[in-house]
Amino acid sequence: MSRTRVVITGMGWVTPLGDDVERVWSRLMRGDSGLAPVTRFDAATFSTNFASEVRGFELDPALVEFAPDAHLNSRFAMSAAASAWKSAGLGDVRSMGGEAARRAKIEPGRLGIYLGAGEGTPDFDNFAASNLMGWDADARDTDTARWSEAALVRLRHASEMEQEPNMTAQHLADVFGARGPSFNCMTACAASTQATGEAAEILRNGDADVMLAGGSHTMIHPLGMTGFIRLTAMSSRRDDPATASRPFDSTRDGFVMGEGAGVLVLETLEHATRRGARILAEVAGYGASADAYRITDIQPDGVGAGAAMRQALEQAEIDPAKPDSSGRPPVQYISAHGTGTKENDSIETRAVKLVFGEQAKRIPFSSVKSMFGHLIQAAGAVELMTCIKAIETGWVPPTINLRHPDPECDLDYVPNSARDMRDRGGVDICLSNSFGFGGQNNTIIVKRFSP
Amino acid sequence: MVSAWAYNRGMSRRVVITGLGVVSPMGVGIDALWEGLCAGRCAIGPMTRIDASGFACKHAAEAKEFSSARDYVPKNYRKAVKVMARDTEIAVAAAKLATEDAGIVTKGYAEENAALTYEPGRLGCQIGAGLINAEVPELSAALSTATDGAGAFSLAKWGASAVNNLTPLWMLKYLPNMLACHVTIIHDARGPSNTLTCSEASGLLSIGESMRVIEQGRADACFAGGAESKLNHMGVLRMQLSGRVAPTEGEEDGASIVRPFDKDARGLVIGEGGGIVMLESEETATVRGARSYARVLGFGAGQSPSRGDAARRAEGMVVAIRSALRDGDVEAAEIDAIVPHGAGVLRDDEAELAALREVFGDRLASIPLMLMSPMVGELSAGAGGVAVAAAAMALRHQMLPARVHGGSPDARVLAGRAEKRPATLRRILVVTNSLGGQNAALVLSSE
Repeated sequence: MSRTRVVITGMGWVTPLGDDVERVWSRLMRGDSGLAPVTRFDAATFSTNFASEVRGFELDPALVEFAPDAHLNSRFAMSAAASAWKSAGLGDVRSMGGEAARRAKIEPGRLGIYLGAGEGTPDFDNFAASNLMGWDADARDTDTARWSEAALVRLRHASEMEQEPNMTAQHLADVFGARGPSFNCMTACAASTQATGEAAEILRNGDADVMLAGGSHTMIHPLGMTGFIRLTAMSSRRDDPATASRPFDSTRDGFVMGEGAGVLVLETLEHATRRGARILAEVAGYGASADAYRITDIQPDGVGAGAAMRQALEQAEIDPAKPDSSGRPPVQYISAHGTGTKENDSIETRAVKLVFGEQAKRIPFSSVKSMFGHLIQAAGAVELMTCIKAIETGWVPPTINLRHPDPECDLDYVPNSARDMRDRGGVDICLSNSFGFGGQNNTIIVKRFSP
Repeated sequence: MVSAWAYNRGMSRRVVITGLGVVSPMGVGIDALWEGLCAGRCAIGPMTRIDASGFACKHAAEAKEFSSARDYVPKNYRKAVKVMARDTEIAVAAAKLATEDAGIVTKGYAEENAALTYEPGRLGCQIGAGLINAEVPELSAALSTATDGAGAFSLAKWGASAVNNLTPLWMLKYLPNMLACHVTIIHDARGPSNTLTCSEASGLLSIGESMRVIEQGRADACFAGGAESKLNHMGVLRMQLSGRVAPTEGEEDGASIVRPFDKDARGLVIGEGGGIVMLESEETATVRGARSYARVLGFGAGQSPSRGDAARRAEGMVVAIRSALRDGDVEAAEIDAIVPHGAGVLRDDEAELAALREVFGDRLASIPLMLMSPMVGELSAGAGGVAVAAAAMALRHQMLPARVHGGSPDARVLAGRAEKRPATLRRILVVTNSLGGQNAALVLSSE
């Protein structure tokens, strides 16, 4: 019995560089950066006062109707999913009254959703005000009766409800008329790679025909920024925010917060073929592991990251130590997790060397976080989409702001300018890494589809 | 050892439950839960974890016997308990209890030089969690240092300096994946790991995903289930804002409150707890001579729309149940008992009843339900693991636990008060809906 093949037939995103796939891709090819001072709230005094925001985004009013209270994270996801659906040739969901699945002749119970969506945006002003009103300074404790009196007036059901991380899946289900398997995972920065990988597993297992998979997130709000500032995980390059995201550079000082969404349409090959879909790529392999090391630190030898890559390679039946049949490296592009923290970039480099040995230095290995910032739970899906574009175009995106080599990061990070791979045999197989706080490691391998 | 190559050949392995770890309002451990359920003991009482005077609900189902994870972690890990939310503490304790019950030796608790039951890479972990709420007093203490002259909160002051009054690891305490994170560290479980966050469906979905991971050969054993405590400021507040909690007064008898599948349902009672079960491949469990409670026969999931009448809002659960039956190659007629979600919230129960009626027809009125919520309250992300643990015990002991009900349930469903009784149980369906529309169904089998 052979394994069910899973293909990607559609994709859509909302990113700090825009929401049109082609236009964003050309900006990545130019090495544009989305980083600038925070406008979403007054972050002037924060030690990190910049981020990579999605600008000028407005959800189509026809989609707003499905979930008028939806927070920004869900709005990003609805928009990205609608684009993905359209690019898959399944039609314009705006005019389908919540029956998109049926209209596309997909049985609703066979259309599933697997997201790594983050929580909604806290109603920070009212939360903070309630907390102060409930604070008993003498007792140094919250007076709960006083707090509840304030909070019950100030905090609103709809807004509190939308903070639940599974609401994004609910909204997508309402938009698309999906009744199949539906999941949301929160494995921090690995979430949407994990969601996409597990969605592929659901298809392989025969539990659905089509899956909407990916993630969405924004943590550009006072509590989100606070959390990462306290963990000292973010860059604090206040004097030069545009170049603050510096993966693999020796002067890197942390990641830069981004936001957005990436949603892909995954199908069994059989389903895609039956409906005559254009196939963008095949999901060749998926790996998931836990570091099981420490809550704050990554396993320093890259063992956990290596395990996820090895599983994915094994599933894809790729030998990482050997060139492919035409002499190219075994994978022709690696989309790095590459956050720009001291720890991640050196350990990820170690892990890639651990897995690919002598082949490692031959593989272009770049981080689009240098341009997008870190889209947290949405990062993995968006980065996987760049892999698909690399296969399609034969170009790989650069790691910008890489001016000062770090002896611990000695691989080919495609510094500063995009690279045309077509004269080197092009790009057929890409590997995308995502690692999360808490130790989850996820890897997906996509390859050019051939029947 | 089964490798991914076996998986690539499309092989599917059988999955069994070999260990049950439960922290519930009935007490700590599976025996406390099972004895409580059989005795028909209601663990709902006055809410004490926080001052309930300002809230509409004065009752809760508190895991009173569980104070801290300190006694459940290896000595060298005790310091880490400080950065655990209560949800995480519950999960950590339940996971330890599950390994003990299964007779699985993991790194964290192994005697020196003792052999580990599984290689770390073959041990997976799928644990469901809620949106963990920041502790209001902890955050307020820091926020109160950032006020302007009029006593109002100043974001400028917060960003400039007051932010430093928050402990550096503050956020790590509240990431939902910290349940799985601590469990994987303690047990050195380095296989596939995930954190599902689908409100009340989180636990059952996690067990379903663990089942698949083992079936496909991606791991040999998994920690599976979930844990949550909403008995904190924001948890109780959000539940009240949602309009789903039963408004109660302090003197009321806890057993009279929760009324699943009842047109006079008053709402739910907030509970706290968690259930982690050890799932293992039958193959590796047999080799090590493990006893099995039950086989996990089938799993299904489905999504319901947020709007529409009960029949429409039942659609996702119908998909979930039918998928689970098909997956397990089981007919609806072969289901001997059902553990429903039955939170006691009219709108949700109506949809659940419609789904069960759609699948089981009139026979539903004679299939005994195992009702959890009138005794242990709404356990949220902890519910699925606890429900599966209860179902596993029912299969092992061939016993239906007692039923408590605060009113009179719909006649189309067997949910009225009852004593425990012996019964021939071959297959039990565990099912849940959720706020957010995700549904899960699992079929367990005695053989």
